[in-house]
Amino acid sequence: MKVFVCIKQVPDTTNVRINPETNTLVREGVQSIINPFDVYALEEGVRLKEKYGGTVTVITMGPPQASDALREAIALGADNAYLVSDRAFAGADTLATAYALACTVRKLGGADVILMGRQAIDGDTGQVGPGVAENLGISHITDIRKIEEIADSRIVVERLLEDGYARLATRLPVVLTVVKEINTPRLPSLKGKLAAKKAEIPILKASDVEADVERLGLNGSPTQVMKIFTPTRPSGGKKFTGEPAATVGALLEELTSAGISIRKSGK
Amino acid sequence: MDPIRVITQNCVGCKLCVKSCPFEAIALTGPLVQGRTDRNTAVIDLGKCTLCGACVEACKRYNAIVITRRTFKGQDLSQYSGIAVFAEHRGGKVASVVPEIIGAARELAKQRSCTVSAVLVGKNARALTDELLSYGVDEVWMIDNTDIGDFDEDVQADLVTEILLEKKPEVFLGGGTVIGRSLLPRVAARILTGLTADCTELSIDPETQLLKQTRPAFGGNIMATILCQNHRPQMATVRHKVMTPAEKVASPQGKVVELSHIKVPKSKLQFLEFVEEKTATVNLVEADVIVSGGRGIKDPKNFDIIEKLALATGGAVGASRAAVDAGWIPYSHQVGQTGKTVKPTVYIACGISGAIQHLAGMKGSDMIIAINSDPNAPIFDVAHYGIVGDLFQVVPELIRRLETPG
Repeated sequence: MKVFVCIKQVPDTTNVRINPETNTLVREGVQSIINPFDVYALEEGVRLKEKYGGTVTVITMGPPQASDALREAIALGADNAYLVSDRAFAGADTLATAYALACTVRKLGGADVILMGRQAIDGDTGQVGPGVAENLGISHITDIRKIEEIADSRIVVERLLEDGYARLATRLPVVLTVVKEINTPRLPSLKGKLAAKKAEIPILKASDVEADVERLGLNGSPTQVMKIFTPTRPSGGKKFTGEPAATVGALLEELTSAGISIRKSGK
Repeated sequence: MDPIRVITQNCVGCKLCVKSCPFEAIALTGPLVQGRTDRNTAVIDLGKCTLCGACVEACKRYNAIVITRRTFKGQDLSQYSGIAVFAEHRGGKVASVVPEIIGAARELAKQRSCTVSAVLVGKNARALTDELLSYGVDEVWMIDNTDIGDFDEDVQADLVTEILLEKKPEVFLGGGTVIGRSLLPRVAARILTGLTADCTELSIDPETQLLKQTRPAFGGNIMATILCQNHRPQMATVRHKVMTPAEKVASPQGKVVELSHIKVPKSKLQFLEFVEEKTATVNLVEADVIVSGGRGIKDPKNFDIIEKLALATGGAVGASRAAVDAGWIPYSHQVGQTGKTVKPTVYIACGISGAIQHLAGMKGSDMIIAINSDPNAPIFDVAHYGIVGDLFQVVPELIRRLETPG
């Protein structure tokens, strides 16, 4: 089984705070991490390898420092890792990113299963997975909460939907994006950490993956960011302090005078 | 040539660009500013730069930063007109996001003086056309074929693509649902056009007539307005529960256009079964009232007071990531950036501190009520009403008052 996992290095937004005076992001001390959803994808890839044999290859497109994320992926059980990095990739939107990753998978000999997180926590788009599948001409299924089994090139999965889940089957190869319900990622092993230290991480340029430069980076991106701004922050409302009977009473009074009932029968 | 450059002779080393950059990609480490010995010019780190253009805007006075984009050739944009929406449906029901997207589309169509059409594919699609027409669409572009299963998303993507290529709308919108956010990226990658995910605001730029697509990123810390200048259709998915649903029209004037000449391919996906999640209370995303518990609940068995309050309000039970990660309640209840986005009439946060990731999923609620023992918890910044106190005293009191008649 040839498993590929596409990861993204992102700023750890759980530590991002807003400076209330300037209304801007405070990024001091914010670390770069592997996109948390991709960690679940990686764990699932390693589990597939443990169950069915084969290799887990991790790829990421990003600046040179993204190789840190790849080393971490090796520590977590990946066999090898490639950094796809070239100035030609700069300014890529999801379409150009998906194209570059698909070129990379193809150049590295193709995959049976390509895994990634349902979205990255910085961009929050979730569009790269389906895009990679389209560029490779293979199926994709998003929001996977369980891989039930793979047998004779047929894979059975559970896909999370708003109101439940669907069990679906398809033929390999396939791109799957995963939700965090799928597993509990392991911590890096000592052996993994050693492997990560020693690992050589090849850097692939646009020409190495035989990509059409017209479809890469800014030139290959139909969308442009027109402006970026920080949303206005609400200033907070009325706060009640004191004994529960008094505070609850005051709250209900406020709601009543605002014409809102939260009582079930009152709706 | 790099896509973004600093024109050194124009740069005065004023630092405005450094401050404007949301990605810390600019530093004043270049050659000295002309005629000065104490200031350096700006340098852009292409590894961090996303070409968002914030610095270009900040440097308008000096014009020292330029982004060069090669213009695409080929596509004749004048052939495209009208706004189309993806009429998502399952189990014979139109998805609840659809009237919202039609509502948004009709507003845009007013500004653009154009038509609104619904793209509808599926078995028994015909049964849904009356409902779509009642929302005031001008046309329903329909493929009704028994071979199109509800879960044959690949086939649906094929057919939607074919319809878009034939009918050439200039805008195509879908819901920011699981299906919408899977199908539209596939379609966009095939047509090679731009797609903006999970928009919370759409408008037409009066000057260029382009669709301005605004969306949150970085867990709602940043808003970005995105354009798709040279490709059509301009595509976007729209966040559920943000747009005002289209009002039903008294006598629908629209018509159904059948596109039965488009061949239905065979699906590579095999549907096995759908398992509905049965929760004691209503569907989180659709709920009018949501009662959520967080770290302050302290113990899984304490979650029953959240459930009781939900019951007393007729609402659904939500949770913060902390409560889900602690294993107190299943992931399907998680509200926030990595969970569900909700927009109920009333959101009651109990023992939730209000991490930015949680706020990203619920701050669109019409009214937010927070109950927390820490008066400085960030949740109080977004709450319309807050009670500072021990939730184990406040919540039972609230339940008691709600259950007392009158």
